[in-house]
Amino acid sequence: MKIRNLTDFASGLLYVIVGVCAAYIASGYTMGTAANMGTGFFPFWLGVFLAAIGVAVCASSVLSGAAREKLASWNWKSLLWVSVSILVFALLFEDAGMVLSIFALVLVSSLASREFRWTGAIANACFLNVVCYSAFVWLLNIPLRVWPDLWF
Amino acid sequence: MELLQHLATGLTAALTLQNLVYCFIGAFLGTLIGVLPGLGPVATIAMLLPATYTLPPTAALIMLAGIYYGAQYGGSTTAILINIPGESSSVVTAIDGYQMARQGRAGVALFTAGMGSFIAGCIGVLILASFAVPLAEIAFEFGPTEYASLMILGLVGATVLSSGSLLKAMGMVIIGLLLGLVGTDVNGAPRYSFGIQELSDGIGFVAVAMGVFGVAEIIGNLEKDELRGTFVAKVTNMWPTREDTRRMIPAILRGTAVGAFFGILPGAGAAVASFSSYAMEKKISRHSEEFGHGAIEGVAGPESANNAAAQTAFIPLLTLGIPASATMAMMLGAMTIHDIQPGPQVMVSDPALFWGLIVSMWFGNLILIILNLPLIGIWVKLLTVPYRVLYPAILVFCSIGVYTVSNSAFDIYLVCLFGVVGYMFSKLKCEPAPLLLGFILGPLMEENFRRALLLSDGNFSVFLTRPISLVLLVITGILLLSILLPAFRKTREKAFVEV
Repeated sequence: MKIRNLTDFASGLLYVIVGVCAAYIASGYTMGTAANMGTGFFPFWLGVFLAAIGVAVCASSVLSGAAREKLASWNWKSLLWVSVSILVFALLFEDAGMVLSIFALVLVSSLASREFRWTGAIANACFLNVVCYSAFVWLLNIPLRVWPDLWF
Repeated sequence: MELLQHLATGLTAALTLQNLVYCFIGAFLGTLIGVLPGLGPVATIAMLLPATYTLPPTAALIMLAGIYYGAQYGGSTTAILINIPGESSSVVTAIDGYQMARQGRAGVALFTAGMGSFIAGCIGVLILASFAVPLAEIAFEFGPTEYASLMILGLVGATVLSSGSLLKAMGMVIIGLLLGLVGTDVNGAPRYSFGIQELSDGIGFVAVAMGVFGVAEIIGNLEKDELRGTFVAKVTNMWPTREDTRRMIPAILRGTAVGAFFGILPGAGAAVASFSSYAMEKKISRHSEEFGHGAIEGVAGPESANNAAAQTAFIPLLTLGIPASATMAMMLGAMTIHDIQPGPQVMVSDPALFWGLIVSMWFGNLILIILNLPLIGIWVKLLTVPYRVLYPAILVFCSIGVYTVSNSAFDIYLVCLFGVVGYMFSKLKCEPAPLLLGFILGPLMEENFRRALLLSDGNFSVFLTRPISLVLLVITGILLLSILLPAFRKTREKAFVEV
């Protein structure tokens, strides 16, 4: 047996894993009966169904008629910087306020680009601060912390 | 004329200066964000939702409708000017639209797209208005059994009519349904919340949409060397020649008919509509050799089709309360945030809101064409902004926007998580649209299943013995079987690959 379509095989595998986990966790909830569905009834069967689809997707990826396909390569650099920038923003936002978090988000996420330049990123952050302040605080009147507490 | 009376109700509700201004702002912002490459209508609506929070429901809905049309139109603008379609339904517009632009006819292409959308939109609104009442009357007969079957039809339809693998799309629907169940169930028991306080209220749909359609998209775009076409077309003359007009008008009308039909069907209505319209225009045109080299019908037809479909896609949402596409699922989510549960009861309980929304869709279309003819210069400028400047801005707006939904930083973490998950899905070639649809429908579907089975005492045959439910399931079965037919399969693959 040879896996011809690796992309499909990996997706099928993912479906099986997610499905089995979902069904397993759901089996720990009150199941009830069809007439009186408990907490776990619907998700349990969804999980089983998902796992079954996963098996079918895996199976079709080894069939002789399946298109040959390798796994696509990942762009780890962009993935890393973009996700880290959002995490940093989430960490900072409520305590350090909007201005600093926007600086952090823009500077870190800009690292993901091949054309990164400090001056450009800083200018962009300043500009976005102005836009966000006018849009969210001034126009929409949404109560957001703008600066950290200890400064003002 | 009952229809006229309804439209009059809508006119009085929508035609206040305040609402017109909101419709205008919505259309403006929608186009502004929709024009940005790599942001489709789903991400655009998610990003602009905060702008509607503080408004009263009618005004908020009207603004949302404006945003929706703006986002749709923005997608075709980028398709024509820089050959980057903002969403799947403007993929075909890019083929001939961009060629027209290269021949120095960008203005004419944009005008054609705008005019086609406007005419299609007007006809679409009329169809929507005339279908609303009879369909809502049927919907009043619906019990939980029928609703459960209807949702199965909707979800299966969404997978059958989407591109790519049927099985994989179904898997995505179920993952979406499961995600939708996270939180607390009807009995108050926690489910998949892993003891995390914030998860017990469920996952916010804005976070999912922004992550999967916004952040994942950005990460994917960053790995392409040159996102922007090197050639940004100059817009000079917008007015079509007499010959253009003569060729454009029948194409617009045909496109509208095709689009109105496909829009009502569940699934990727607008995309399928524009593909079919393009194929049809190419087949019946006397200038078929021009297609792919700047044929005006190739812009007029698909653009009208996708806008007519965008209009009629509201029919299942507004009359039955069931979204038929990911974008409609976003509209449903947005309405729920404003405490409006779309469905037949809205028409009765709040006719001003219902008809006001429908009439304002027409305004939205009108404003778009008025807005875009003079403002096209701004959109062109926007397209020259390099991506390294744009994507941090999108990230900032997404992060702050999602925070304002429920004032919780937890949602920002979720955006990040779903961004990574969405990127993984795109690498595995699993489509995200069925996931969002499933996610929004998850709790609704469980609730209707639960009630249907409670009433039938656990007897599954109830889905087959009640006539409406049976019909819906038979249609579902036919859809599923049709995929096995070699002829249908071929056209389905061809429709997405060939053009």
